[in-house]
Amino acid sequence: MLLDALLLQLGYNATLVSVGAALLGGAAGISGTFLFLRKRALVSDAVSHATLPGVGLAFLVMVFLGGDGRNLAGLLFGSAVSAGIGLLCMNWLTRNTRLAEDAAIGAVLSVFFGFGIVLLTVIQTLGVGRQAGLEGFLLGSTAGMLLSDAMIIAGGSALALMVIILMRRPMMLVAFDPEYAAARGLPVHHIDMLMMGLVMAVTVVGLKIVGLILIVALLIIPAVTARFWTERSDRVVVIAGLAGGASAYLGAAISASAPNLPTGPIIVLVSFLLFALSLLFAPNRGVLAAVLRHQRFQRRVHLRQGLLALAQGQPIYEPLTLRLLRRAGLVRADGVATDKGRARAAKALRDEKRWELVRSDLAHEAAAALYDGLREIETVLTPDQIRDIDCRIGGPQEVPA
Amino acid sequence: MRQTVELVSNQGTTADQEMDTSPLAIRGLTVTYGEKPAVFSVDMTVEPGKMTAIIGPNGAGKSTLLKAALGIVPPVSGRVQVFGRPLEAMRARIAYVPQRASIDWDFPTRVIDVVMMGLYRELGLLGRIRGHHRTVARDCLDRVGMGDFADRQIGQLSGGQQQRVFLARALAQDADLYLLDEPFAGVDAATEKAIITVLKSLRAAGKSVVVVHHDLATVADYFDNVFLINTRKVAEGPVAEAFTPETLQAAYGGRLATAQIDQLAVVQG
Repeated sequence: MLLDALLLQLGYNATLVSVGAALLGGAAGISGTFLFLRKRALVSDAVSHATLPGVGLAFLVMVFLGGDGRNLAGLLFGSAVSAGIGLLCMNWLTRNTRLAEDAAIGAVLSVFFGFGIVLLTVIQTLGVGRQAGLEGFLLGSTAGMLLSDAMIIAGGSALALMVIILMRRPMMLVAFDPEYAAARGLPVHHIDMLMMGLVMAVTVVGLKIVGLILIVALLIIPAVTARFWTERSDRVVVIAGLAGGASAYLGAAISASAPNLPTGPIIVLVSFLLFALSLLFAPNRGVLAAVLRHQRFQRRVHLRQGLLALAQGQPIYEPLTLRLLRRAGLVRADGVATDKGRARAAKALRDEKRWELVRSDLAHEAAAALYDGLREIETVLTPDQIRDIDCRIGGPQEVPA
Repeated sequence: MRQTVELVSNQGTTADQEMDTSPLAIRGLTVTYGEKPAVFSVDMTVEPGKMTAIIGPNGAGKSTLLKAALGIVPPVSGRVQVFGRPLEAMRARIAYVPQRASIDWDFPTRVIDVVMMGLYRELGLLGRIRGHHRTVARDCLDRVGMGDFADRQIGQLSGGQQQRVFLARALAQDADLYLLDEPFAGVDAATEKAIITVLKSLRAAGKSVVVVHHDLATVADYFDNVFLINTRKVAEGPVAEAFTPETLQAAYGGRLATAQIDQLAVVQG
């Protein structure tokens, strides 16, 4: 069943939803990354909650004009207008009052959302039009999605992606160093508004599938996930887009494969799964890698200290140090150094002297920056450079091997 | 252009003529944070081809003056001209080195990418990064002694190295006026030496350099001119004339001991 869904074999509606979700997830992951790198991820939460009153008002207006209150284009237009107003309110509060951005986010989020819920309740009691389904905008609902709905999502996502490709450099410059960007004459404020506007656009087109409460997850989680895997901003953007697209596609397929599985929450859970896997297993930044690195580091420190102690004839008391030395065959069971141990100890002491010289010499600055007390000097300097240093140290040139 | 600039000396020119030729001319600049002025009615005229230090106690408005001159902080009043023309028209000829602490060094980017930001104008919105762009960026890194660090993540650098990367980014712009905000704050001796060498080479090439500086002991060594500020302008001119016990006393008030001031006067005398 799930395989069928993944291969788009589950019928017309499920296919529409999956493809639409993948596009939306990609656009959300990418536009969310810029906000995340600008350290403004939570703005997206306020923007998404600010869409709700627009949905209600647009519904009422369309019904009173005698149309179908559930016309998606009309509802999305309404939500965009109210999200835009929310954005401007937040912006005005941060710029013109002493409120910090987080407080402004909280204020806008709760007031707009509360107003939206009131509107939805009023609409229900009014009993006008076929209001059933408006709550679907809270958590997303893909039942009965039309081709025109999918086209709106695809078109909106594609437009957002095009704007991002065009504006990626100024947006990244502002995210990294807004003061420098301003000094170069970039309109920092407008670029900030553009970043938030893109997030707003993605939120609005994503209302149908993911819903306004959970869209924030699709904007932020892929960016955070991607950050675990790379140290380059352009790659963070691409990986976030892929992670967002993949989790939205997978989530939509899973929810289509079983009855009554809500699409939005499943998508969010899938993207959380990707995040959790990255958190644990990513190289360098992952938790597991950090634990292993620390353990390896600790062992190397002990081994090194043990060797230096051997070289200088000092006693070793640390049990871990002794165990490591013994396991490496550098000392005997009674703690006396073996031939191999003595040779390694002598080299350790000599390397220590070499490093001392490297670190005091400006010409070797790049190499010296790599000094951590453990790194083998051969990995940063050429044999010629080491010979040169040995000449400057003086003493016997041959290190017993 | 530079020739005519050299010929104009401080004597015998009206303020207007100075404004026409100075790399950076500020008139009546006032900046406030809330109701409290950080910079009040300041005039400044940077002399071309010279190194100028902006000096003053903590909170005297040194950095604010620089930021307002660049339009990063909106002034309440005042006029800024760059090479005799409005700031906006001359942005391409200014390179700015912000304070190191102003950005997040865990940002996912490499040293070479940061320097490449200096080429932002040449690259444009969609232009591809080509070999010669990389060559320029690497040359600039070499000039600050950071050539070996091009592919490192910026978070792995020491404070001094971060500062030199910022300077390399400014060099990549190939500007005529360099504005640096506390480049020597909290950096190691090697970095200080590398930076001052680069700044002196810029001066030798006829560029103008303005530095917000905090270390009074090195002023006479490093700079041609000083600009003393404590919210208002205190003194401006060549080090020998404007950097005296009297002006320091006026700028720092009781914050410097008389003995310290006398010592500084000896250093420069």
